[in-house]
Amino acid sequence: MGRYIIKRIIGLIPLLLAVSFLIFIFIHLIPGDPARLMAGKDATNDEVEALRTYLGLDKPILEQYFIYMKELFQGDLGHSLRSNAPVTQLFGERFLPSLQLSILSIGWAMLIGILLGVISAVFRGRWPDYFGTITAISGISVPNFWLGLVMIQLFAVQFNIFPAGGIETWKGYVLPSFALGAGIMAMITRFTRSSLVQTLQEDFIRTARSRGLGERAIIFGHALKKSMITVLTIAGLQFGFLLGGSIVVETVFSFPGMGRLLIDSIQFRDYPVVQSLLLIFSLEFILVNLIVDILYGFFNPKIRYN
Amino acid sequence: MSETQITTDQTQFVETKQDSNFKRLLRSFKKNKLALYSLYVIILLLLIVIFGPWITPYDPQEANYDSILEAPSWQHLAGTDEFGKDVLSRLIVGARLSLGVGVSAVLLGAVAGTILGLISGFFGKWVDRVIMRICDILFAFPDLVLAIAMVAILGPGMKNVIIAIAFFSTPSFARIVRGETLEIKERLFIEAERSIGAKKSRIILRHVFPQTISTIIVYITMNIGGAIISAASLSFLGLGASPSSPEWGAMLSASRDYIGHAFHLIFFPGLAVFITVLVLNLFGDGLRDVLDPKTRD
Amino acid sequence: MTGLLEVNNLKTAFISDDKTTQVVRGVSFAVNKGEIVGIVGESGCGKSVTSLSIMRLLKGTSGTIQDGEVRFHDQNLLDLSEQKMRKIRGNSMSMIFQDPMTSLNPVLKIGRQLMQGIMLHLKYPKEKARKYAVSMLESVGIPRAESIMNEYPHQLSGGMNQRVMIAMAMSCNPELLIADEPTTALDVTIQAQILELMKELREKQNTTILMITHDLGVVSEVCDRVIVMYAGRVVEEGKTAEVFENPKHPYTEGLIKSMPKIGQKQSRLYAIPGQVPDPANMPKGCKFAARCPHVMDICTEKEPDLIKDEEGRKHRCWLYQGEYEGGEKVDVKSSTGN
Ligand SMILES: Nc1ncnc2c1ncn2[C@@H]1O[C@H](COP(=O)(O)OP(=O)(O)OP(=O)(O)O)[C@@H](O)[C@H]1O
Ligand SMILES: [Mg+2]
Repeated sequence: MGRYIIKRIIGLIPLLLAVSFLIFIFIHLIPGDPARLMAGKDATNDEVEALRTYLGLDKPILEQYFIYMKELFQGDLGHSLRSNAPVTQLFGERFLPSLQLSILSIGWAMLIGILLGVISAVFRGRWPDYFGTITAISGISVPNFWLGLVMIQLFAVQFNIFPAGGIETWKGYVLPSFALGAGIMAMITRFTRSSLVQTLQEDFIRTARSRGLGERAIIFGHALKKSMITVLTIAGLQFGFLLGGSIVVETVFSFPGMGRLLIDSIQFRDYPVVQSLLLIFSLEFILVNLIVDILYGFFNPKIRYN
Repeated sequence: MSETQITTDQTQFVETKQDSNFKRLLRSFKKNKLALYSLYVIILLLLIVIFGPWITPYDPQEANYDSILEAPSWQHLAGTDEFGKDVLSRLIVGARLSLGVGVSAVLLGAVAGTILGLISGFFGKWVDRVIMRICDILFAFPDLVLAIAMVAILGPGMKNVIIAIAFFSTPSFARIVRGETLEIKERLFIEAERSIGAKKSRIILRHVFPQTISTIIVYITMNIGGAIISAASLSFLGLGASPSSPEWGAMLSASRDYIGHAFHLIFFPGLAVFITVLVLNLFGDGLRDVLDPKTRD
Repeated sequence: MTGLLEVNNLKTAFISDDKTTQVVRGVSFAVNKGEIVGIVGESGCGKSVTSLSIMRLLKGTSGTIQDGEVRFHDQNLLDLSEQKMRKIRGNSMSMIFQDPMTSLNPVLKIGRQLMQGIMLHLKYPKEKARKYAVSMLESVGIPRAESIMNEYPHQLSGGMNQRVMIAMAMSCNPELLIADEPTTALDVTIQAQILELMKELREKQNTTILMITHDLGVVSEVCDRVIVMYAGRVVEEGKTAEVFENPKHPYTEGLIKSMPKIGQKQSRLYAIPGQVPDPANMPKGCKFAARCPHVMDICTEKEPDLIKDEEGRKHRCWLYQGEYEGGEKVDVKSSTGN
């Protein structure tokens, strides 16, 4: 097991290098001159050039990449052009709230999604199934920024139960996590349903029935465990959806997280921050997929032993 | 001589089979009520897209400072905005932009992805490896993050939103088409034809591509909804359509500050996105069940 | 002897969107206590559907039992509530299936799957159930039973899994065991072992076995009586030896002729010409007429009845219908075997 995980992590290194290089190229393709931007509007050409040399922006691009990577390994992500604060410090403030929001969102989404999916599969073709299916398709179709705004109107403006933004108390997490989780909840509902319906057609379910087991034992004791393996994998793939969604939802709720930082930084052309954020987002995504893969192996006896 | 005959026979066989299936497909599609009604709504939306500018109750551009931020009424079914412009009229002309961006982005991604997928699957070897590795790298970014990065490079604007969304759609189309191509390649008759010495490009176009079409169509319909949401999201984030544009996401973005005062400004554009994407998804589901029954349930 | 199981005029159909296809079309037979009875017939003739109908295991498919009776201990199972039926399934009547690899849950340990039924029907507490499960595994000839309890089905061979299936099916001492092609998915040598095991079960525990197969070799090896099915109907029934020696129905004759015999070259294997009729599109008269070497005019006009002659043999063929004009028609109402 341990060796397998290490092997997988080592296998990811080329991908990580390629991703970091791609991001690096991306950032350098952005039109606009970071040196001029940093130096300010009234700087003379000489000042700009001096700053460029100081920042190392006059070196060949490949060399710049190597310097960047070297600093990266030393834990130096550079400084924000806007506030001049170290990027690591900016992240330190924002990482935790974003992480909490993600975990909360995916948590309730899985809980409700699996429940609705099981209900839909068990009552296949009857009204609970239609209810589950319609909820699911609606959840996938609703733009999360709109859902967020509608919830602000309802729960913050009209009824004043939850705040419209900020995370001074736990209440600040409720609406954002709801808006962020709705789509994932919907997808998990659908995957659970379809996977369970499929599993219920399998031979071993018939065997279980032929042993006299009741429906509940068959669904929870036999079918769900098999289905969960599939659902888990697919839920992991939706994590990208969650990361993308967090950018939008954090903007709606003025949530002090990484997503909003990305949008702000793009608007201010704060390249070092944007670059590091893109790297962190893809790293997170790759990592979650790896974890899901490993968990998949852990839950699936066939893979575990081979 | 005899070889050519074999090929034509096969083509004919495929065609007749499709023909006799078509009625059955139509029948089973009609049975899916939800998908059928969605199709009606989609047709209505298309009519709005085509005739939009001629059917608006008011001039969507005309400011009227006597009636700003009016709540919905019989005069203004969806109310008026901060310039007194009729929201419904703006939504109607905005349909073109919102749907147009989603559809063209997915189509662009589908074309690029299909070409790459066909090449990758058919030629195999290093070509395949290079294309798939590039896809892997692009898959390492969450879709919207990739799109945001693209727009950051290219600058905001509708055209760049289309490119950005097409960009992240391409690898998934490439993967799916590649998988199909590999499967089709395995089937005997292409092997047979290749041994006869038909040109590769001809085999791809005549035999491989047609068999991937139904999968591609299903995948396109299933992706358009998501693309519309992505486009609206980018506009909402201020990276897409300009805030004064009647694009639905941009309308939402522009009216964010009026939450609590003029909720209709937020409610209706979002509802338009929601309903559009909902019917597209319902329709896509129905289509998938009919065209690609193996993926059903 | 008394009939433990009596199936009377059983009709089962699959209902799809717009049509109903009857695949078991009025099947009647009886199985006596302690017997091993075989049901043979080509693929698709309705053997599995018949056995699933008996156990009422059609749930999850589009199949429904339209008519008939399944009498077990003189009680019509088709009248029972699902709850009562569950008490019978896996308890006094159990089943093993064709493919042991897919018939066991791949994500649950063997031990757990075995113990479920034991705890349910015998009401054993967990530890006792565990011990009992191990002893069941040992009794079907599984080595290192203790450790296999903690293994998953894919870690075992097909033959071993089928033994596990048998242990599961036998764990509550069923009176009737329905085995649907228990050896088809296995290698020849393993096949023989499994058949041997089943014979042993009958000897030791007097278990009644309904053996479903398309392999007449299996029938001649283990069955006391054989029922031949064609296109959803019984076309012949009798003691195994008698049927093999003197098949009445041309279909049975064809089946026996197509059996590979020891010393015969593979290439000269006989095959019944033609194809099984499509269940959605059955011909009018005798369903075998199109393939029958003895076909007569009447065969395509009217379907013969299943009749019982004075030797106690049953057959459904116009060749004999005249002879036994007054013969007992079996189809219409029930009858027990001998
Ligand atoms: N779940 C199902 N849905 C629809 N039709 C079915 C289903 N199961 C069986 N059938 C149909 O019922 C008929 C009888 O099938 P059955 O499985 O009983 O045949 P069989 O005699 O057991 O054949 P085999 O030797 O292949 O197991 C076949 O025509 C088959 O197509
Ligand atoms: Mg069968």
